[in-house]
Amino acid sequence: MTTASSSAASRPDPALFDYLLRLGDDSLILAQRLSEWCGHAPMIEVDLSMSNVALDLVGQAMLFLDYAGQVEGKGRDGDKLAFHRDALRFRNCLLVEQPNGDFGQTMARQYLFSTWQRLLFQGLVKSTDAQIAGIAAKALKEIEYHADWSAEWVVRLGDGTPESRERMINGFAWMWRFVDELFQVDEIDAAVAKAGIGPARDSLRSDFDAALKSTFEAATLPLTPLPAAVLGGRKGHHSEHLGHILAEMQHLPRSYPGAVW
Amino acid sequence: MYTTELQKQPSKPVAATEPQELIDAFEARVAADEFIEPKDWMPAAYRRTLVRQISQHAHSEIVGMLPEGNWIGRAPSLRRKAVLLAKVQDEGGHGLYLYAAAETLGTSREEMIEALHTGKAKYSTIFNYPTLTWADIGAIGWLVDGAAIMNQVPLQRTSYGPYARAMVRVCKEESFHQRQGYEIMMCMANGTPEQKEMAQDALDRWWWPSLMMFGPPDDESPNTAQSMRWRIKRDTNDELRQHFVDVTVPQAEFLGLKVPDPKLRFNEATGHYQFGEIDWAEFWNVVKGEGPVAKERMHDRVKAWDEGAWVRDAAAAHAAKQHSTRQAAE
Repeated sequence: MTTASSSAASRPDPALFDYLLRLGDDSLILAQRLSEWCGHAPMIEVDLSMSNVALDLVGQAMLFLDYAGQVEGKGRDGDKLAFHRDALRFRNCLLVEQPNGDFGQTMARQYLFSTWQRLLFQGLVKSTDAQIAGIAAKALKEIEYHADWSAEWVVRLGDGTPESRERMINGFAWMWRFVDELFQVDEIDAAVAKAGIGPARDSLRSDFDAALKSTFEAATLPLTPLPAAVLGGRKGHHSEHLGHILAEMQHLPRSYPGAVW
Repeated sequence: MYTTELQKQPSKPVAATEPQELIDAFEARVAADEFIEPKDWMPAAYRRTLVRQISQHAHSEIVGMLPEGNWIGRAPSLRRKAVLLAKVQDEGGHGLYLYAAAETLGTSREEMIEALHTGKAKYSTIFNYPTLTWADIGAIGWLVDGAAIMNQVPLQRTSYGPYARAMVRVCKEESFHQRQGYEIMMCMANGTPEQKEMAQDALDRWWWPSLMMFGPPDDESPNTAQSMRWRIKRDTNDELRQHFVDVTVPQAEFLGLKVPDPKLRFNEATGHYQFGEIDWAEFWNVVKGEGPVAKERMHDRVKAWDEGAWVRDAAAAHAAKQHSTRQAAE
């Protein structure tokens, strides 16, 4: 854990703390959403894949949130941050908290997130913060699979039956408004990029657009201009969904403060 | 788990059309502890019994994802969430290998799932009880998976090769499940008064249904003798149940929890625990589909299957398109 203290000492701590919450919360909230499918997927193989992705994401959340707690230096660990923060303090993007909808909607969300997360983590493995670089190197292997797996489903459903094509289009229609937020740069991202901790988010856009174009071609799906962006997740202004997600997720530790599970 | 014979009726006798020399050769191989493989000749009744037993086991794994899946979203720490996800995922994996093992006997996964959804096929009675608190996740791992291990370890040597090999893999994972369950119980039994109350309450509710998992008493298991001769079953229901009680009671004592059976006592002479009478009327009601949450379980399974139909159709349609594109290119 020496990297934590050395990196924390030489950098703007509040920005790094916030940045780590963004990384950890994205993974945590998406894992929570994917877990809702467990036991209810269209086939066992898909059930196993979704649980597997959720499990990888929980693992990422544990590492980032534990590290966030160290950087903050107030004695909070990953569990404290996951279960004892309210919606205004969550820093995940709006995309990950969107409802599962049908399997098409879930795959649209997963594909957009994992495609973006792959590009982000390809940058994070080169982070000047050794701990972030280490977590990213481990996670990138998992994310490559999530991105490929969800892209395969987008293609399969887009170029499957007329019904699956329509459902895939509708799934993306729900999610498009949350894409721009992934690339939005604010003072935290600027500080982090300047310190070489993470890539500048706007620099990921052209590769993201290229990946989308290629997947949509294979899926025979139309790519249309994005609607107006909905923003706010990175500042704690979420959709109505997050409060419900947290109510479920945090219920037990909050009902029994001090209990160890 | 979940391999208990839930048929009250004796199996039909071997059809007279089967040649005696084939039957004799088959019986001799089984008696010599050889594995029977999918392409080998086997009596129709053996095949039928195995399909019923393996598919029932597979269904139990899949339905069994629901009571535990109910708590993934509310797991009280990130580590517990990860462990529970991994565990429920394992159950799904067990279901998958078991369906694959049963398919080697000539029945498709779709046919087996259809039989489950129409109520023709059974699954373990234990999953028709609700998971009400986090302690239930501990109790399921400790008691339900503990009982499963006892039933399944002998099945690693069952006579049908694909089933035996599936069991080897399943058993390795079940022992991890049992340990994680017991660890949750230890944590709660040594925790706050509220946690201890939840732990005791979970034991109170899961104890008797866990004993029922071993199936009806031996004198009401008409097919046990045949299944034992065929090496589909290795120990009787009552033997396994007794072994479970003998192992589990000291574990409950170690937790400081009380087993909810006023007649429970250790018999110095036999070296076994004696225990009270199981409520068999409740057991048969649950087998019939009248367990407290049987309706919810079947509703969830049927809904997932029906709502997933368009996804399975799309995957098949896409694969067919890919196949014809490849053929056109060749």
